[in-house]
Amino acid sequence: MKLFSITAVVAGLLASAAFAEPVAPSVVKYEDGVVMASLTGVAGDPVNGRDVFKNRKQGNCLACHVNAEMPEESFHGEVGPEMAGVADRWSVGELRGIVSNSKMMFEGTIMPAFYRDTGFDRPLEKFSGKTILTAQQVEDVVAYLRTLAE
Amino acid sequence: MMMTKTLLGAACLSVFALTVHAEEGAKLIIDGEELTIRANAPAHAENIDEVSSGWIYRSKETQALQLDDFDNPAFVFVDQAIDEWDKVDGSEGKACSSCHENVEDFAGLRPTLPRVDDGKLVSMENLVNECRTERMGAEPWKWSKGKMTSMTALIGVQSRGMPVNVAIDGDAAPFWDKGKELYYTRVGQLDMACSNCHEDNYDTMIRADHLSQGQINGFPTYRLKNAKLNSSHARFKGCMSNIRAEPYKEGGPEFQALELYLASRGQGLSVETPSVRN
Ligand code: HEC
Ligand code: HEC
Repeated sequence: MKLFSITAVVAGLLASAAFAEPVAPSVVKYEDGVVMASLTGVAGDPVNGRDVFKNRKQGNCLACHVNAEMPEESFHGEVGPEMAGVADRWSVGELRGIVSNSKMMFEGTIMPAFYRDTGFDRPLEKFSGKTILTAQQVEDVVAYLRTLAE
Repeated sequence: MMMTKTLLGAACLSVFALTVHAEEGAKLIIDGEELTIRANAPAHAENIDEVSSGWIYRSKETQALQLDDFDNPAFVFVDQAIDEWDKVDGSEGKACSSCHENVEDFAGLRPTLPRVDDGKLVSMENLVNECRTERMGAEPWKWSKGKMTSMTALIGVQSRGMPVNVAIDGDAAPFWDKGKELYYTRVGQLDMACSNCHEDNYDTMIRADHLSQGQINGFPTYRLKNAKLNSSHARFKGCMSNIRAEPYKEGGPEFQALELYLASRGQGLSVETPSVRN
């Protein structure tokens, strides 16, 4: 009985630690490009994710992807596939993997890895050792992409 | 499995594309002379069939500015260089015109630069500064500052219409190899190479920008963005900063090698100096 409660306490501590600290970029687990576990344990916010998607200083995803869900934005790039229906094509884990590091899914892609902080050649000083998006911004953008069903 | 999904994604019907692909038949005719804006790619540009001028990818309005030298804002700076040409400067009491009677005599120079002289790769900026420091006893000009870009535009425009034709073999080969390596090396936090945008994706929109092949046959180029002439090295620097990479030094060995490699990718296109871009 006692043993059981201690285990429960420890498990509880571990769980709250996991919630407090996002998964570090270097230990994100990719399985065939898919990332099953949330990077933060906090549900993504699709409204903020929409903003991350178009913000030039954040995701700037619109630089490369046409997104019919935001017709009010005047410039949509066409380097990558259109976003309409991505939620039908990809699961949460797949989308998390694609946004965190698309090179794990699409070999040699031009799409930047948004949650990677090492392995870059000559990064500008102010971005050195940093990820493009925070773990929560990745979760937010993934939550937003999940709304793009047809 | 994953691949199939991607392909489906890519093939998905375009509901919102603002596609403005380059117009096929547009012609660049200046002063009655038609410039070559498309040419068969040279054999050493293995991954493309055709080379094309950056002019093709600009808006109608921007294109129009290059059609007439009176409309082309770059000529304000070319005129300044004409004045500079006769100006005595330095300890030897000489001007450019003391040694070079007519700037027209430089017709044919632009298409062959950069080139190797005595084992060193030299750009037009080096040749200009060599005259200034060694023959005039004057201070060298900064690589991308106004006096230099005006002068390289004045000397460059003498060759307008001539095909780019740089040497890439013999003692130029190691420089060319290095430039090629840089062109294909991913850099910066966005982890992209020049080739990702200018070879794999030219003629597509990247947000508001219509990607060209990143050719340098029009440099120095007048940009509406900063209302001045820009050296090719300044442009390389800008592209590197955009992908959040620490740029190499203007006039340094990396950008010179890149300049040679890019010039060779434009082999056959007309010199367009001074071009107009946004
Ligand atoms: C510089 C270009 C670029 C940027 C920026 C970019 N992507 Fe991509 N993206 C691509 C390309 C190209 C592909 C197709 C994969 C491939 O073959 O390389 C792709 C694929 C995808 C896919 C799979 C689409 C499908 O239907 O198969 C998703 C989802 C995606 N990107 C989301 C994003 C999000 C979200 C962002 C920003 C946080 C983003 N992309 C930023 C170029 C980009
Ligand atoms: C993220 C995409 C991207 C990358 C990577 C990139 N560029 Fe660019 N580059 C652009 C855009 C956008 C422009 C402006 C439109 C155009 O001409 O393509 C441009 C313009 C240029 C031009 C001017 C072309 C003209 O006709 O005026 C040159 C030269 C150039 N780039 C060279 C380079 C070199 C060299 C590299 C690598 C060090 C590089 N670019 C990397 C996006 C990129």
